[in-house]
Formats: sequence, structure tokens, C-alpha cells
Amino acid sequence: MAENWPDFTPVTLLTGFLGSGKTTLLRRLLTDPALANAAVLINEFGEIGLDHHLLERIDENMVLLQSGCLCCTVRGELSDAIRDLHSKRERGEIAPFDRIVIESTGLADPFPVLSTLKADPVLRHHFKAAGVVTTVDAINAGAQLSTYRESMRQVAIADLIVLTKTDIAEEGQPDLVAALVRRINPDAPMMASDDTFNVARMLEGAETAHASSLQSPGGFYCDDPGDLPRKDDADHPEGIRSFVLVSEGAVDWTAFGIWLTMLLNRHGDRLLRVKGILAVAGEEFPVAIHGVQHLVHPPVHMSSWPDGDRRSRIVFIADGISPELIERSFNAFNGLAGDSRAEPRIEELQR
Amino acid sequence: MCSLCGILGGNEHWADAVARPGVYTRSAERIDRRRERARRVALANRVLSIFALSISDWQGTSYLLSTRTGKTEIIEDLGHLWPAAEKLLGRPLDPLAEAFIDRLEGEADG
Repeated sequence: MAENWPDFTPVTLLTGFLGSGKTTLLRRLLTDPALANAAVLINEFGEIGLDHHLLERIDENMVLLQSGCLCCTVRGELSDAIRDLHSKRERGEIAPFDRIVIESTGLADPFPVLSTLKADPVLRHHFKAAGVVTTVDAINAGAQLSTYRESMRQVAIADLIVLTKTDIAEEGQPDLVAALVRRINPDAPMMASDDTFNVARMLEGAETAHASSLQSPGGFYCDDPGDLPRKDDADHPEGIRSFVLVSEGAVDWTAFGIWLTMLLNRHGDRLLRVKGILAVAGEEFPVAIHGVQHLVHPPVHMSSWPDGDRRSRIVFIADGISPELIERSFNAFNGLAGDSRAEPRIEELQR
Repeated sequence: MCSLCGILGGNEHWADAVARPGVYTRSAERIDRRRERARRVALANRVLSIFALSISDWQGTSYLLSTRTGKTEIIEDLGHLWPAAEKLLGRPLDPLAEAFIDRLEGEADG
């Protein structure tokens, strides 16, 4: 029987600080045809779950994860809930869904949700992470972003940022908040929540977001990655900052793998995003890499260079890590590959 | 099987991605895969030598990571290399530590 759902069902994570308008946005999105067949998982921090009542769409495709915060206590429950939805869909017990939206608590660190999808042996063959949508409150985010680390992490990890409450904010306030957000996450697209139509379109295309976002003109969402804060601008080494490492020469893929795994092993918790295009030695076209904390997506071999710039560019969103040390470390590893000792010996190949 | 946790069907590591359309990998052809593994062993050994560790390929499927006294761990991929190395040495290995970078720069020059 032909299945009318995708081989890998996209899973979108909707996050944002407490009271930043996640449920309101979700309620609006669920009326859009793009999300008409979405299953919804809601996680609430607190004894009594309310959000699922606010959504006004109670059916068997909506699951409430109630026993705590998604990032700590509910990981097992999350994979169980998704597995359960999956098997019911396979058995035809529920209406087929073509997408899952997880609304997380305002306090959750989004990373464990992504790693749950990848780590669970059943889930990773049927589902794929389709991006993180973070709501940012145009009125209160200024204070939240400077006070609550969770709030900063949610913004840093986002693939799409939705500014909420722009209609009731004072004039100029959304622009201030947008500028703050840009300092933490310079290249995720930002939209106003009243633009539900386009937010839904973004979600619709999100299953290819990891590849397409990296293959958009200029290689990043913003037109010119040169506009991103350079490492010299990182004047607050203790805070979350973004910076771009630009490398003139070719990147040795083997050395890069050893370097990035060593870096993420020790500093993955503080490297919120690693995203870039690499001019890999020996390859005509660039390779796009995309990582969220300890999780790195399969590298994408791009079909062309996005522009005339043939340099490798890697954007980091890091929490208290020195850009200078990252650059020195990167260059030291890449330099190892530059001499003949790195070449494999014939006998090793012929074993 | 994941040699650290004993779970069948461990994660696909991004540096050894399964060949499929659009994904960059050196695992598509057998010879490329072996060449990449050999190269990885050679390069990793130059980094690991700073910590008195060494790595070797085991049957083209795993790696053996050893101390100079012969204490050895079997690892599957790069994702397990650094946690296993830290476990063998009993201390964190920081690629951003200045003393380490100095040694590595010397290694690249020498």
C-alpha cells in the first residue's frame, strides 16, 4: 500500500521563552493548510497542562507530555510518544500525519530534543529534525535575553525566529529586539508572528532547510557573510557571541574532522552553532557543514559555489569561547595536513 | 555495534556519512574509504602523540587507541575518539589550550 506520508517525517521544534507566544503562534499555524496534517506534541513545565486546551484542537494526533521539562525528564517520554504516533500511523489507527510539531516548555534547552531524534534507533529511520523555530517576545525579550541563559540559547539555536507581539509593542521596540537577536544569531531568518502565512511556508520548506539555507546566495541567509561580526568584534568573551572564521586556503577534510570532533567533545555545550561552507582540498565544489552543540548533520556536498568568494567561511555561535583560540586551533590542525607525513602509506592501503 | 555503550547499530558519524545523494562522504568507494581511514590514522597520530597516545586501524572497521603502556580501547569512529582518549588519560583534552596549540604548531612546522 502506498503510504501518503514522507519517508522521513519532518519534526519541527517550536521553542521560545516563557510567555513569548509559542502557543498562540502554533494555534495560528495549525489553521494553515501546510500544517493541517501535523501531529502536535506539547510539553509543559508544571503540574497541570493547559496549553493543549488553548489550542482548541484536541484529537488523537495531539499528545501532552506533562511530567516535566523536555530537556531533562521527558526525553524517554518524548521518544515513546513519537514511536507511539509512528506505530499508530503505520497501523492506520490515526489519521496519517506528514509532520510533527513539538512545542517545548519555555525553559527547555532545545538540543536534547534534536539529539533524541538522532539517537533513538527507531526514530532516526523514520523522522528527521526539520529545524528549530524560536519565538521572541518583542516587548520583553530585551530583559530576558540579558538575564536568562535559556532564552539566549533558544535564540542561538534557532533556524527561524518569529518576533511576537509586534502589534502591541511600542514603536522602535521590535527593532531594538531584532538587533539584539541578530547579535546572538546573525543568519536565521526573522519574521513577525502576524505573518503566519510566510512562517507556514518556511516550515513547509524546512525539511530541506539545512541544505538550502547553506546554499542560498552568499552561502548564508544574510547576503554577505562579511557583514557578520568578525572575531575582532567579540568584545564580550563571556557572553554568547557569533563570529565567522574565514580561511583563505583549502581545508583538509581529514584534519577538519579530527579538529571539529575534538572541539565539540570538549566545548560542544558552549558551541551552540557551527555552520559554514568549506573549500575542501581536492574538491571542485564546497561542502556545507551544520552543527548544533554536539550534534553535526551529515555534510552537504553543494552543487556549486554560491558566489565568487572561494574562501571557507565558518560561522560560530559560541558561549564564552575565544574566537582567536578557535582560529589558531583550526589553523594548527589544518597545517598538519600540509606536509607529506600526512599522506597514507601504500602498505596501509593494501591490507 | 557501539563499543562504548554496547548498543547495536550505533550512530552514523558525520565524518563517515553513508553515501547518499547530496551528502559529502569519502565512504562511497571502498578504496576511498580505506585511503581516508589510513590518512585519518596518520593525522590523528600526530595530534595524539602530544598526549602519548596512538591509534591504529583495526580491520577497516574500528580503531585501536592505546597508551604507551599498552592500555587500549576499541573505538568505532571519530565521535568516540576523544571521549575514549580522555578516559584513558583521566584528564580533559582541550584543543583550545594554548600549550597544546603551541605544540601542534611546532609539530606542523617540524
